Amino acid sequence: MKKELTAHDCSLLKDIAGITQTPDGAFNIRLNGSPLSRACSENITITPKKDGKDGIDIYIKSNTKNEKVFIPVIINNSGHNELVYNDFHIGANANVTIVAGCGIDNCGSHDSQHDGIHSFFLGENARVKYIEKHIGIGDGLGNRIMNPTTIVHVGKNAYMEMETTQIRGINSTKRITEAEIVTNGVFIVKEKLMTHGQQYAESAFTVQLNGENSHCHIISRAVAKDKSQQLFIAKLYGNNTCHGHSECDAIIMDDAHIAAIPEIKANNSEANLIHEAAIGKIAGEQLIKLMSLGLTEKEAEQHIINGFLK
Amino acid sequence: MLELQNISFVVKQPDGTDKYILKDINLRFEQKKTIVITGPNGGGKSTLAKIIMGIETPTSGKILFNGQDITTCNITERANLGISFAFQQPVRFKGIGVRELLSLAARKKLSTKGACDYLSEVGLCAADYVGREVDTSLSGGEIKRIEIATILARQNTQLAVFDEPEAGIDLWSFQKLIQVFEKLHQEHRALIIISHQERILNIADNIILIANGQVKSIGDRESVIPQLISIAGSCDIYKKGVSN
Repeated sequence: MKKELTAHDCSLLKDIAGITQTPDGAFNIRLNGSPLSRACSENITITPKKDGKDGIDIYIKSNTKNEKVFIPVIINNSGHNELVYNDFHIGANANVTIVAGCGIDNCGSHDSQHDGIHSFFLGENARVKYIEKHIGIGDGLGNRIMNPTTIVHVGKNAYMEMETTQIRGINSTKRITEAEIVTNGVFIVKEKLMTHGQQYAESAFTVQLNGENSHCHIISRAVAKDKSQQLFIAKLYGNNTCHGHSECDAIIMDDAHIAAIPEIKANNSEANLIHEAAIGKIAGEQLIKLMSLGLTEKEAEQHIINGFLK
Repeated sequence: MLELQNISFVVKQPDGTDKYILKDINLRFEQKKTIVITGPNGGGKSTLAKIIMGIETPTSGKILFNGQDITTCNITERANLGISFAFQQPVRFKGIGVRELLSLAARKKLSTKGACDYLSEVGLCAADYVGREVDTSLSGGEIKRIEIATILARQNTQLAVFDEPEAGIDLWSFQKLIQVFEKLHQEHRALIIISHQERILNIADNIILIANGQVKSIGDRESVIPQLISIAGSCDIYKKGVSN
């Protein structure tokens, strides 16, 4: 890894992408708006965008099996503000894991902001596991702002699973996920969100189930503490014989606010759509049970939240 | 070991009058004894168990544990003093696994084998459960047995309170349950078991009959059960169930 990364950055990199050394295979590490290091593999090519936009194109060859791509982003210059476009072109029959994630370390007085627009184009029979973690650290007065947009095109018989996590330090986030799914395509989302202090988080999903036997399953687990606010929106449109399910499960604490707004629309009589939403405090009997094992109320609360967001 | 002095628990009724759930309870529980508390539904048994654990606070009275006044101690403090409590309706958690719950009870990270030992004792095939979550995917009987396993995992238990442990347990597992109580008894722990089950009444050193918030009788099986039947009144099914 290049020397520009401080020990602090390396720690952040580990938290967001799970890497402690230069990854094997293809990767692109971005620091304060510039590529820090990049590598391609035989099957995976990463190139700067040619349309004038800031960002990269990631090309994954057909039939690529069991490879990982890392594209983490670190911002540690207070006041840095960026809009980045990353497009993933995944060939037919490929089976890959893509690890993204962004860490903002803001010790200054200016706001730092990362707006990342990730587009995925999955070829026929492709399988993708996409993992992204967003973390903010630093004790500056400047905000840490993260607005990820994920646009997914799930091809015929393709499968995409997205794990997205933001559990600390981001003052404001607007997360937009849009997907269209064709015949026999599957899109699974597991979202984990925790806000505290005065933070604001918004997560909005719009999924078009266009293909026959297309399938979508969104599970969002959220914890809002202190005076933080969250808004969860899930729109599922069943335009064919399909199955769509969204689930928002939230724990509310202190003086926080959470809103869950579902919209399910069946445009085909064979569409099967379900929305579930539950918002509530930590159940008193859960606290009592763990306290009866010797944990303090605070320890019990922490275990329950950690488990909920696991 | 545990002494309840003049314990009363009063709730306000919708019309503003007081209702005594427990009235002036005085009981002593000795070390190494298995005491079964029985009596009709709504008589105050579960409330008494919760008062011992600190889940409910008595309206008046005093609780002593090994000579220490614990009336104002919270649940955590009582747990750390050595009181354990098995819930009548065990709690479910999203995201907490069986092994993690047992580890929390043991106050140390349990290995798979360590967790399996406790699960085996309550009649669960450990390999099937150690990786599962304590959530709604478990049946009533399964979670009840895991609840009892958490009590076994607590090494500092001096007094274990079981609130209707037989509820939801199938007949095959019932023998295991009796063995759990016998083992705890052999380990010189004091047990308070709230139960209506004759086979549990049979292992009691003493039986306490509570009805209408008051202690009606304390004694052995032969002396208490006839009174229980008398309180049950004209319900033939109840009479048959207890006497058979």
